[in-house]
Amino acid sequence: MTALLEVKNIETYYDLVYAIRGASFAVEEGSITAILGNNGAGKSTILKTIMALIKDQPEKGVIEFDGVPIQNRDTDEIVRKGIAYVPEGREIFEELTVHEHLLMGAYLRKDTPGVKQDIEKVFAYFPVLKQRTHQWAGTLSGGEQQMLAIGRALMLRPRLMILDEPSLGLSPILVKEIFAIIREINLTGTTILLVEQNANMALSISGTGLILENGRFVMKGNSTDLLEDKDVKEFYLGIKSETSAKGYQRWKRKKAWR
Amino acid sequence: MDMKREYYEDIQLLSSPVVIFWFVVLIVSLYLFPLFVDNYYVYVANYIAINIIVATGLNLLVGYTGQISLGHAGFFAIGAYGTIILMAKAGVPFLLALPCAALVAAGFGFLLGLPALRLEGPYLAIATLGFGLTITQIIGRMEIFGGREGLHAPDIIIGSWVLDTDKEFYFLLITLTILLLLFMRNLIKTRVGRAFIAIRDADIAAQTMGVNIVYYKTLAFAVSAFYAGMAGGLYAFVLKFIEPEIFTLMMSIMFLAMVVVGGLGSMMGSIAGAALLCWLDLKLRNILDIPYIGDWLETLSQNWFSITGVSNIQFIVFGSIMVLIMLFEPLGLYGVWIRTKKYWRTWPF
Repeated sequence: MTALLEVKNIETYYDLVYAIRGASFAVEEGSITAILGNNGAGKSTILKTIMALIKDQPEKGVIEFDGVPIQNRDTDEIVRKGIAYVPEGREIFEELTVHEHLLMGAYLRKDTPGVKQDIEKVFAYFPVLKQRTHQWAGTLSGGEQQMLAIGRALMLRPRLMILDEPSLGLSPILVKEIFAIIREINLTGTTILLVEQNANMALSISGTGLILENGRFVMKGNSTDLLEDKDVKEFYLGIKSETSAKGYQRWKRKKAWR
Repeated sequence: MDMKREYYEDIQLLSSPVVIFWFVVLIVSLYLFPLFVDNYYVYVANYIAINIIVATGLNLLVGYTGQISLGHAGFFAIGAYGTIILMAKAGVPFLLALPCAALVAAGFGFLLGLPALRLEGPYLAIATLGFGLTITQIIGRMEIFGGREGLHAPDIIIGSWVLDTDKEFYFLLITLTILLLLFMRNLIKTRVGRAFIAIRDADIAAQTMGVNIVYYKTLAFAVSAFYAGMAGGLYAFVLKFIEPEIFTLMMSIMFLAMVVVGGLGSMMGSIAGAALLCWLDLKLRNILDIPYIGDWLETLSQNWFSITGVSNIQFIVFGSIMVLIMLFEPLGLYGVWIRTKKYWRTWPF
């Protein structure tokens, strides 16, 4: 398999904050790749850097999509290449209806019949949305909004779909549902890169897992291996191996990762 | 309520025979109305129509794209001066001079749109305010614009038709107004309009749909300025005479007030807001002529609200009405309209 997206040694600054400190990874065509990490590790920043949502970044490094460098371009140009992005916290357009959202998602497409077909496809994935077709998106529940955000991204017929914390603020059952659909979308041939706090869920559907800490990747591997890994278990899945009386062990392990 | 099943049903202008009927009645009565009324009311109608054009254009910027402008009197002035100068100095016919001047205003709108890419909210308001103030200063000092003495509007001649009365001008104005409103509605209900709304509601998400924010934000400014320019060019012929002092900061603020009082992000609201505020503005000037209350109001304002002894009650009433509308109907007049519609649809419940 070939890499659809390849990020080579990027460094990103948020004003003066050195957020990404040389991160490299590849997303293989047809795979699901998950990036895990604590709050403030830089997960979302990596995605925003790829989508060029942070001005004049990355400072250094190369981002290649399908072998073509895409760093330092305008966002809409990157989207045109076939990368869809589902932003953190949904970012829906409150005063557009569900239907208008889907049309908005197909903003760059000119083939009306194809768009119509894809709208039906999105409704097949998310039947709830069909009942809300002409409702303002601002009046939807959080879960429905997340579904809409994913549906909207699907309308682009992307080759790569990037999701930033799709589980944010959703009930456990909805999280399960959303992840099942993400997997379904992947099975139809869309490559997926997602960032998650919910490590268990993310590793259970992804093929490759990456662990980010303080702007650097500290671990890469098959998701199944990561799920079994001692450190990942302890720090991300919340399964404690053993507790030392003074809490030394935790500190020592963390230390060893850097 | 009737459900809309197709998207094209939703964006249709005329959805049912009943609506078509009333739409035709409205258009016909708009054209027939000057035949039955005083010249003064035609003047009022002209005044209102011009403000409706500006408010609709400003609404695109403020209501739909989420930007703000306190400089629309500047575009208005550019349209007015541009039209008159093109006609008087270059001999361009009115129907060509007007859009040309409006295009110049649109050009300035584009330029003003550039800082808007980096500014937001109050910061943008101040930047546009600066523009509005500067334009009148520049115009007031340049020979070609007639300086402080102002300029007289020449007669409008279209073919062999000389429009030298308010009534004749009304027919031209109302036609242009209807065309501009239809164009705006079309713009808002299609792909471009959705992009504007998307930028307002979530600009990051809009970008990731492939919307070029730079292009659309400046486009909103340009289109909005174009409308203000058109209205300004027409206004010059309602007044027959223009001078820099007309295009004050107060005017920009009144335009903004029309949009907000009418209801942000609603064309119907802009129309209603412009009509109401213009009508109030003209009516309240004569508030002291109302029998009984008039005398009382005059004494009240002279004794309590004014140190110079000049009655200022019209401003007080005007301001209070605006405060009350915003207080009780934050959605503006459009909110009132929605509620009335709901009430009748669900009547008798």
